[in-house]
Amino acid sequence: MLRLDDVTKEFRIGAFGGKSVAAVRGVSFEVVPGEVVSLIGESGSGKSTIGRMILGLNPVTSGSITFDGLPVRAGKEYYRRVQGIFQDPFSSFNPVFKADRVFTMIKEAYYPSVPGPEWAAKVEESLRDVRLNPGQVLGKYPHQLSGGQLQRLLIARALLLDIKLLVADEITSMLDASTRIDVLNLLAELKVRGLSVLYITHDLSLGTYLAERTVVLRRGSVAEMGPTERVFGDPLHPYTRELLSAVPRLHETWDDAVPVETCLYHLKGGTGGLAEADPGHFVACAQLETC
Amino acid sequence: MSLQVSELRVYYRTLKGDVRALDGMTFELRDGEILGLVGESGCGKSTLGKSLIRMDGRMRRVGGTVTLDGHELPIDDDRRMNDYRFREVSLIPQYAMSALNPTRKIRRMVTELLRSRGTALDTAELERRMDQVGLPREVLDRYPIELSGGMKQRMVMVISTLLDPSLLIADEVTSALDVSTQKAVARALLGFRDSGYVKSMIFVTHDLALTHHIADTIMVMYAGKLAEKAPADVIVKAPRHPYTRLLLESLPEVGVRYTERRLEGIAGSPPSLLDPPAGCRFRDRCPIAGEECAQEPPVAELAPDHHVACWKA
Repeated sequence: MLRLDDVTKEFRIGAFGGKSVAAVRGVSFEVVPGEVVSLIGESGSGKSTIGRMILGLNPVTSGSITFDGLPVRAGKEYYRRVQGIFQDPFSSFNPVFKADRVFTMIKEAYYPSVPGPEWAAKVEESLRDVRLNPGQVLGKYPHQLSGGQLQRLLIARALLLDIKLLVADEITSMLDASTRIDVLNLLAELKVRGLSVLYITHDLSLGTYLAERTVVLRRGSVAEMGPTERVFGDPLHPYTRELLSAVPRLHETWDDAVPVETCLYHLKGGTGGLAEADPGHFVACAQLETC
Repeated sequence: MSLQVSELRVYYRTLKGDVRALDGMTFELRDGEILGLVGESGCGKSTLGKSLIRMDGRMRRVGGTVTLDGHELPIDDDRRMNDYRFREVSLIPQYAMSALNPTRKIRRMVTELLRSRGTALDTAELERRMDQVGLPREVLDRYPIELSGGMKQRMVMVISTLLDPSLLIADEVTSALDVSTQKAVARALLGFRDSGYVKSMIFVTHDLALTHHIADTIMVMYAGKLAEKAPADVIVKAPRHPYTRLLLESLPEVGVRYTERRLEGIAGSPPSLLDPPAGCRFRDRCPIAGEECAQEPPVAELAPDHHVACWKA
């Protein structure tokens, strides 16, 4: 459904844009219908840039992003099917207006002919879908609602559009542990109903909870990708191991990553692009001294 | 005993009335102990941290005392607290990015800071401590903008412990960092305690798993009150308070999959502290609440060092 082919993004920096820095380098992956893919990386890995390019907010420098075979073109038709939600729910709403204005804006832009009462019923239904009590959230200002409620309002807004893909960029990182899991469970339920989600995060545990497939990004390119249980059950790239060992866990002590002895990339005869270590599980060069 | 807090009540003054952010906290901190302070947002954990070093204008002490190394801290007297800040009590703020003066190179900033406390800069000692947290010496001749988030955080850590304070408050120091930087920062904090730069530490966070790796004791707060306090292993392995249990159950860990084990959040939301309900404040969300929970549960020591405020524990 969504397909990235050798996507590269360079930003111009410096006083007159004299220098350029590559934020994303040759990234290719695919999201199929009803699948959650998590995009994991640390700050500066380019994960948010990828999300923004998929949403058409930044143009790609080279390579292509296609949705159902057509190149991404920002516009009403595209946003009817693809929507994004971002990290800070408080900055996604205009504090001057009531929070439910986001629904009215959708109606004005996409469904101007739907009669008022029918629309109100539709809004209530999508609010119930995200397990919000309409009476508690409609007619309130953003500051009167909690972060979890606002984030769910945005998901409800996206659902009104009958979307196929949701780009969720760090949507739970500002929420409490217990609210966080509610939002994640909600995404999982939507997935069962056929929605695809690109879940962008730096938190490995949240990524693994939902996703069928995981893409680990390092400095703008893919270090390892494949089925979640393979990537985290049997990490092949030293960077993935390092990330995994740094995650604090409750019942284990903080151990150091076991160093990788042989570079699987070269062992599998990789030349350019990613090498397939086992079916569907790709790994990049480990950049060991012997490589 | 390095720190003793007894019956501390700190309220925020608002137009609608007092917000009871800290409502009768009593706990102790031994020399060399690291106390992890966890809870949801709005439970009063940051208020507690702030009360021990600097109350802002809206905060008011309603009752209780704080004693550090045998001296009572004048926590509501901003001017008299100045004698204690940085020397006795020090703070690592959450946003290291905004804690450093952007117009000064690090060396000059540290010198000025120490001069304001009547001390000269001991460069050898500063460099030794920077080595310990893995900061190159060139950092001293750079502006804050030239450092990465993790470097700034570590620089702030070194600066705030330069005068060997007795108590260090680390407020959400790792929440803005990546996992690998987070690990480095957390280990540096442990190193500070082991080298004796700080006697004891309060580590405020919302991340239970991370606290477990650092803290000796974990204190769980709920709605301005102590819910449970016990050695870190006990909190994680044998929690007694229903809130602690639910909090632990809602933690996603690497390897837990939605399809295999569905985690549940805690239903409902914390009560308003403007006019908190009588009795146990967790009653409305508690799965095992009963009749007696209409009365406020006292903090009881169920086992040595294991304090719980729950009738059902």
